[in-house]
Amino acid sequence: MSIDWPETIYQKLKDVGVAQVSYVPDAGHTKLINAVIADPEIHSVSLTSEEEGVALTTGAWLGGDKSVLLMQSSGVGNCVNMLSLIKSCKIPFLTLVTMRGEWGEFNPWQVPMGSTTQTSFEMMGVHVMRINDPSEVSEVLAAATRMVFEGGSSVAILLSQKLIGAKVFEEAK
Amino acid sequence: MPDQTLDRLDVVAELLKDRGDALVVTGLGSSTYDVSALGDNHRNFYLWGAMGGAAAIGLGLALAQPETPVIVITGDGEMLMGAGSLATIAKQSPGNLKIVVLDNGHYGETGMQEAHTNTVTDLTMMAKGAGIKQSITITDHAGVQQLVDGITRIENASTFAVIKVSAKSYFRAETVAKTIKDGAYNRARVRVALGVGIE
Repeated sequence: MSIDWPETIYQKLKDVGVAQVSYVPDAGHTKLINAVIADPEIHSVSLTSEEEGVALTTGAWLGGDKSVLLMQSSGVGNCVNMLSLIKSCKIPFLTLVTMRGEWGEFNPWQVPMGSTTQTSFEMMGVHVMRINDPSEVSEVLAAATRMVFEGGSSVAILLSQKLIGAKVFEEAK
Repeated sequence: MPDQTLDRLDVVAELLKDRGDALVVTGLGSSTYDVSALGDNHRNFYLWGAMGGAAAIGLGLALAQPETPVIVITGDGEMLMGAGSLATIAKQSPGNLKIVVLDNGHYGETGMQEAHTNTVTDLTMMAKGAGIKQSITITDHAGVQQLVDGITRIENASTFAVIKVSAKSYFRAETVAKTIKDGAYNRARVRVALGVGIE
């Protein structure tokens, strides 16, 4: 039986009471973003650039809201300076990153950022976890949300391109 | 031709005078120092970095605390760096969010280099274009007073105001030394003031 991993992620975020979800759209996050938009209890915040989500997370936490940032690996570099907030102010930070440029990638421009995603997070003090298989989603989300919202840590979960499936352009319907 | 005679210190004092329980987020540099000097408060959050993030922090805070006014006080250079967040804010448009840009047309923190706003760029037009309908430019005390009168009101959409201030620079060594620099302490202080717990 196949696991509906975006639904699992959504349920795990609901379990811990996430109240704000910000995102720069990515094909791999489509289902999760749609679930969040449909949820009246969650503020879904569409961003123009990923670093806004780091700042939004900081403001949300100041006001007592748990927040999660969704993005694609190409947006991680945009966040580097803004991650100073997370480090300097010790803000609990959780981001879910769909990976490009690492597995069956057709677009070579995705490779430079995709291959340095983990390094970029780690140089700013963000702990990195990775999910390669749908069977891992539940336990990784449980571990990460506990570290972040109970422990105050900052964690990035990389959703591997193997999990998501390499992008294939579909014909317009 | 706007006469840029407003003094930033007078303007900040006016903005903070009747703030009540409003939360205040300040952009790095002079905005942070002036708000700290003229009205330090447990509900203030001061940025010393993260340039371009002040408005988006205000948005997250405004969404989390919809009954409390959230005032972002920042500079024109800081706002330009976070210009995309104007569209993000327009889309959410919480009525408790007021963004005030102290526009002196220069980068005060780095030696008063000229900013785009001094000649060609109109931040109010940018905010309007982004979709913040209530976007205004203020050039005199009457305008400041009008803004202050409604600054703690919860409206049905966000407000964006550019206040043109003189490019006079101040010697602030003492003020800077007294401004909270410890972000973790500042974060905890705001959360305790709001009663949402330290962690």
